[in-house]
Amino acid sequence: MTSLLDIFHRHGDRTLGDESLAIETRSLVHRFGDLAAVDDVSLTVPRGALFGLLGPDGAGKSTFIRMLATVLAPSDGDAFVFGHSAAHDPNAIKPRIGYMSQTFSLYPDLTVRENLDFFAALRGTPRHEMGARAARLLEFSGLTEFASRQAQYLSGGMKQKLALAVTLMHEPDLLLLDEPTTGVDPVARREFWRIIAGLHRQGITVLVATPYMDEAERCTEVVFLDSGRVLLHDTPRHLKQRVREETCADRVSMENAFAYVIAQARAGEAGA
Amino acid sequence: MALITRKHILKPPAPAAPGVAISVQSLTKRFGDFTAVGGVSFEVGTGEIFGFLGPNGSGKTTTIRMLCGTIAPSSGGARVLGLDVAAEAEAVRARIGYMSQKFSLFEDLTVDENLRFYGGVYGLDGSRFTARRAHILKMADLIGRENELTENLSVGWKQRLALGCATIHEPELVFLDEPTSGVDPLARKDFWELLYELAASGVTLFVTTHYMDEAANCSRLAFIYRGDIVAIGTPDELRSREMRDRIFEVEVADTEAVLAALENDADVREVYMSGALLHVNMGEADGAAALLDVALARAGAAGAHASRVEPSIEDVFVHLVTREQRERSVI
Repeated sequence: MTSLLDIFHRHGDRTLGDESLAIETRSLVHRFGDLAAVDDVSLTVPRGALFGLLGPDGAGKSTFIRMLATVLAPSDGDAFVFGHSAAHDPNAIKPRIGYMSQTFSLYPDLTVRENLDFFAALRGTPRHEMGARAARLLEFSGLTEFASRQAQYLSGGMKQKLALAVTLMHEPDLLLLDEPTTGVDPVARREFWRIIAGLHRQGITVLVATPYMDEAERCTEVVFLDSGRVLLHDTPRHLKQRVREETCADRVSMENAFAYVIAQARAGEAGA
Repeated sequence: MALITRKHILKPPAPAAPGVAISVQSLTKRFGDFTAVGGVSFEVGTGEIFGFLGPNGSGKTTTIRMLCGTIAPSSGGARVLGLDVAAEAEAVRARIGYMSQKFSLFEDLTVDENLRFYGGVYGLDGSRFTARRAHILKMADLIGRENELTENLSVGWKQRLALGCATIHEPELVFLDEPTSGVDPLARKDFWELLYELAASGVTLFVTTHYMDEAANCSRLAFIYRGDIVAIGTPDELRSREMRDRIFEVEVADTEAVLAALENDADVREVYMSGALLHVNMGEADGAAALLDVALARAGAAGAHASRVEPSIEDVFVHLVTREQRERSVI
């Protein structure tokens, strides 16, 4: 039963969102000067989703993620993470999320374990819990034997996994990953996705921006952004099927679907 | 129209062996007691698109730096366009182009200023610069944006401008170190069209990439692992020669659960996602298809459709890396 209070919360008080959703954006906008990098985006991400954010370079993916991560405030509209408003209550969001930016930073002269402890302390993780969490994450990411190695001596793939482990120390419910596997070789990329799949199985909601279409295919849902706007929100399977029907092709890869969706959108724009 | 007109190219002082753009002999680079490149030998033919693949930290960039004459080999050597990379480094640098993943553009300069800077670096005179500038603006689709700040360009444009700057002096050979890292699929496709045009006009391309679909489009590939070349050949040769394992493509409803179960199955050599499908490597075993059916049943996916597929370049990459890891951990 929906109570009056719920209805009030959902519609009356615009600083509260739907708690049953991991993410909900309402007409979300971010402007840099005259440019709307994110332009009126409304979408929902259910809890437990493995949600892919796709689109050409400059589509607004990073700006969108940075607003969810509360490092950038909305210019207009709002984003809700587990019901909390990014515009009005960003501090309620911070402990629930782990954010890995494109230019993640580790301390090169700290060891793997010291990096984990340092970032956990920043997020207020109780000191007595750090040991057990670090041990579990090191095991999970295959870094146990490198715990006392300085971060600067890790390979690119290992740095990537450590950056992920660092974002998990405070046990977030939502992971925001901005092109985490760019510049990573195929084997390291596969290991990284094995970890992502494990987290997804544990029920953590994952939102990942990626230029790799094979990664997009592993998502439960994908959204295409272009020029800051949502072009499409679908499951990879249904999207490919639709493109196959519309183009009468025998077989449609995710790359084909990507090219088709973007080309259609741009043709529509040119015609308008 | 050819992308690059050949009339201005310098006459090579010591002509290369016919058809050989790069010839590498036991090329080695040590940093302290770490061997970054451990005595590699290979040749690249004129006009080839040569793909140089390997895990992060395997020695790809160090090899390229030696071939460009920016760092000296510890031992061994290489001839690039007939020139010795150690003794004639300056001449090598004048005749090659180099584009890195960081694009080496000045973000706070305009498109035109970047072109002028690189034109100056390579000593282009007035009329030649004017012709090359016009050509690159057209190639990079930047006509009308000459006075825009580079930092305001999209990644695709920056990438084409960077290629233009790297080829402003019409080099016969261009090194591209992860030129498409982090670039979206459409921009990658456009960029490769440009590379094909360059190659068709006779320019040799030496490319590193982590995108295996790009690797499959190269004329030949070399795999480097911890400083050693472990396989070299055309994409087809590598698929047939390096990969005797049988690969099956399997479609199941709950891929993640089946993947987890198959990972622990003794009959399965390797299993991984390939897009939305599972790729299962059953090794060279006879009766692999039957063994897979049984393994799938154990994984709770009895009757799932499995079909034998040709290995992809990604399959080959994963196979070579895991093979080397296995063999080297034994020693």
